Amino acid sequence: MSALLEVRGASKRFGGVVANEKISISVRAGEIVGLIGPNGSGKTTLFNSIAGTHQIDGGAIAFDGAEISRLRTVDIARLGLIRTYQTTRVFKQMTCVANLLAAAPAFGGGTPALLARPERAERARADEFLFFVGLADKRGMVAGELSFGQQKLLEFAMALMRRPRLLLLDEPTAGINPTLINALMDRMRRANAELGVTLLVIEHNMAVIMNLARRIYCLAHGELLAEGTPEDIRADPRVLDAYLGAR
Amino acid sequence: MPAPMTNLLLFLEAPALLVQVLLDGILIGAIYALAAYGMALVWGVMNIVNVVQGELVILGGYLAIMFSGLGVSAFLTVPLAAAALFALGWVMYAGVVFRVTGKDMFVSLLATFGLSILIAQLINQIWGADVRSLDAELGSWLILDSVVTISRARVAALAAALVLGAALVVFLRTSRLGRAIRATAQNARAARALGVDTDWVYAATYAINGAICGAAGALIAMIWVIHPFAGLVFTIRAFAIVILAGLGNLALVIAAALGLGAAENFVGFVLGAQFQGAFVFSLLVAILVWRSRRLARSRKVLR
Amino acid sequence: MSARRWALHGALALLTAAAPFLLPALAVQLAMLWIMVTLALTWDTLGGQMGYNSFGNILFFGIGMYASAIVQVGLFHDVAAYTDPAGSGSLTFTPREYYLGLAAGLLAAPIAATLAALAFGALILGLRGPYFAIATLGLGIAGGEFAAAWGYVGGASGFLMPVFPGEFGRRALFFYALAASLGIATFAALRWLYGRRFGLALNAIRDDEDKAEALGLPTVRVKIAAWAVSAFFLGLAGAIFGNLNGLIEPREVAFSGATFGVWMVLMAILGGKGTMWGPVVGAVVFHVTKELFWTYLLGWQRVALGVLIVVIVLFFPLGILGHARRRWPETFRARVEGAA
Ligand SMILES: Nc1ncnc2c1ncn2[C@@H]1O[C@H](COP(=O)(O)OP(=O)(O)O)[C@@H](O)[C@H]1O
Ligand SMILES: [Mg+2]
Repeated sequence: MSALLEVRGASKRFGGVVANEKISISVRAGEIVGLIGPNGSGKTTLFNSIAGTHQIDGGAIAFDGAEISRLRTVDIARLGLIRTYQTTRVFKQMTCVANLLAAAPAFGGGTPALLARPERAERARADEFLFFVGLADKRGMVAGELSFGQQKLLEFAMALMRRPRLLLLDEPTAGINPTLINALMDRMRRANAELGVTLLVIEHNMAVIMNLARRIYCLAHGELLAEGTPEDIRADPRVLDAYLGAR
Repeated sequence: MPAPMTNLLLFLEAPALLVQVLLDGILIGAIYALAAYGMALVWGVMNIVNVVQGELVILGGYLAIMFSGLGVSAFLTVPLAAAALFALGWVMYAGVVFRVTGKDMFVSLLATFGLSILIAQLINQIWGADVRSLDAELGSWLILDSVVTISRARVAALAAALVLGAALVVFLRTSRLGRAIRATAQNARAARALGVDTDWVYAATYAINGAICGAAGALIAMIWVIHPFAGLVFTIRAFAIVILAGLGNLALVIAAALGLGAAENFVGFVLGAQFQGAFVFSLLVAILVWRSRRLARSRKVLR
Repeated sequence: MSARRWALHGALALLTAAAPFLLPALAVQLAMLWIMVTLALTWDTLGGQMGYNSFGNILFFGIGMYASAIVQVGLFHDVAAYTDPAGSGSLTFTPREYYLGLAAGLLAAPIAATLAALAFGALILGLRGPYFAIATLGLGIAGGEFAAAWGYVGGASGFLMPVFPGEFGRRALFFYALAASLGIATFAALRWLYGRRFGLALNAIRDDEDKAEALGLPTVRVKIAAWAVSAFFLGLAGAIFGNLNGLIEPREVAFSGATFGVWMVLMAILGGKGTMWGPVVGAVVFHVTKELFWTYLLGWQRVALGVLIVVIVLFFPLGILGHARRRWPETFRARVEGAA
């Protein structure tokens, strides 16, 4: 089967800083793929390139076989490619349930959809996802009053609400209470298995990503350093060097 | 033939007239540069778009007229107005503006918008709505076979504006306070960590901007006319210039300001003075749209 | 809706209908109150719900006013001749012409204002924060400058509206009915819209526009539509006010940035930005206070207005309803979207 996401030789510079240099990765439908690398190695930049936050300087990005590197964020999102942010972005003055409803796929449906109330099924789904990430009791609470970790969970739920085909998660466990990390990993696996969401996950917590992903890409200094199974990556001396040499 | 066409044809018949119109505009533009530079200073250092900028300029003009009425010579009113607005700027910071630094831009916009209404209406209440000006009694030069007149006051105002601008740059580069201001502009938190009293820097910045506006206002009163509600146009001009020239570059600010002065005067002459204000506003919108469209191409927004 | 709600709405409706008869001397003031409610509500659509501070919404008020004036006169006379200070006295309207013209004017005003909002919205709604605010500030004033320079509509000396054919007391009632209908229609339409996905989109844009885009929300369309809706009702408000006032002066009445333009911002913030009832409460409190105390300020009213804005922004930014909601979250709880 061909790849759902195919990045070929994507490069991105910021002034003199080469944030991504000819990076090629590919993610097949149904996979959970990891993306690791020391701080500043260009992981978030790659996400931004894929999601259309900025345009790449060179290379190509295909989603489900169609070139998307020139599309805008909104249009890429409508194709079912959704991302979350490292810094966590939710609608802070809206209630949790409103955050989810605002993420409903119906917003892609034109003016009549905009002028309709969220449907009963949509509202039920919003409640399900709140329950799914353990925020059911925070339903009517304003999102800005949640803790950072809870906001991360909410953002994850919003992304799922959007019915993504591919979900890019930028450090989903950062700032999450360690006791909750296992639960979150379980949710990511279930999203993948039960909802059929393909995941590309940036992760700093090695234990988490080794456990979660079946394939991992490692970036260093903006270049693709290694690729392989968790075992390959763990055994790769270059990866260890990159992390040790980073600081 | 419509009036604008006849006016344009006038330039063909008497090119000296074109020189006159552009020259007048350029001389006034120097003062726009001052107001714009002050706005950029406050914006860059305090992250506040100072909507009350124009009203400070106009207030400077009224104070200059008042001092002149008390027997002060015209050119001495410039430093006096600057000093008065330096003090007022400090007071405004201590009373109002300090509460909105570091907050959402939304809050500072509304607060300075309120201040602008307050000051404009105060001026109206104290000095009345009439158009005023201050006669520096310097006369004019005649050049190009006596066709083009150059008001000496305008040339003096240009010179004063340039001197002031240069003094400001030197001050920001070399003085202790100037360096503290620039450090705060780059990274307020780091500056604080290095022992800079940023609150004091903000107060000084806002006061210095007041002084700049005061001087600009006194000069404007000498070479043009002011009225209580003319402030808004100066805010818009300053804003347009800053957007065009950026926050840091004085040379660009001056170039943009002189250009704006010339363009505005040209349009005012061709279409009639009643369109001059509308032109400034339309130009601002055009500049904003142009800049944001260009940024949008690289997926960015004006921030 | 609960029984208490019904009772409350019923009482309000009764009060609305009875007010001009109970206080006939104040009928014009009460009509003004409804105009103010409309201004505050429409400002809040962008300023409160969507987080876009417009300092120039008065543009649509003025456009509506002039559009209505041109249509009302133009249907029956030559507008240029009508506004010509030399010969305007002789041009009059029969009652039928008056009402027909007014109806057409009330149709033309919202259309013109909405079209203007679509055009300007497409142009400048890509701007954010201070850039949008200052651009609108410029637009609002530019409207007045253009109108003042446009001889066809009377230029700076203004536009004298056709005279109401009935007696004076009926005139006040007539315009009260128009203004009240407008205020209620605006409230109902906006409440309807805010309860739809559209309202969620507005709030999402306010809280994080980039995030909204990353989720696939059609932000551009929503922003322009929101401004157009707001302009639609502002245009109507302008048309009604122009007729109520009788004389349209470009800078002081139509594109009156220093009065209505500022008031609408103030009223929305005073009552509570981004809430449904906040602008209404703000408009009532402001208008009543203004009418009670304005005269005692002896010319210092507009100065006081500046002070008021600063004080409210600094010390009372949440407004009356925002504070009430914070004190008594149960009674004034945030609309829990989707709770139905
Ligand atoms: N918008 C930007 N402007 C300038 N430099 C950037 C920008 N985004 C990222 N960078 C630079 O690109 C490099 C990679 O950053 P990033 O992709 O955030 O790394 P990571 O997510 O792996 O920690 C860093 O040196 C960072 O400073
Ligand atoms: Mg990162």
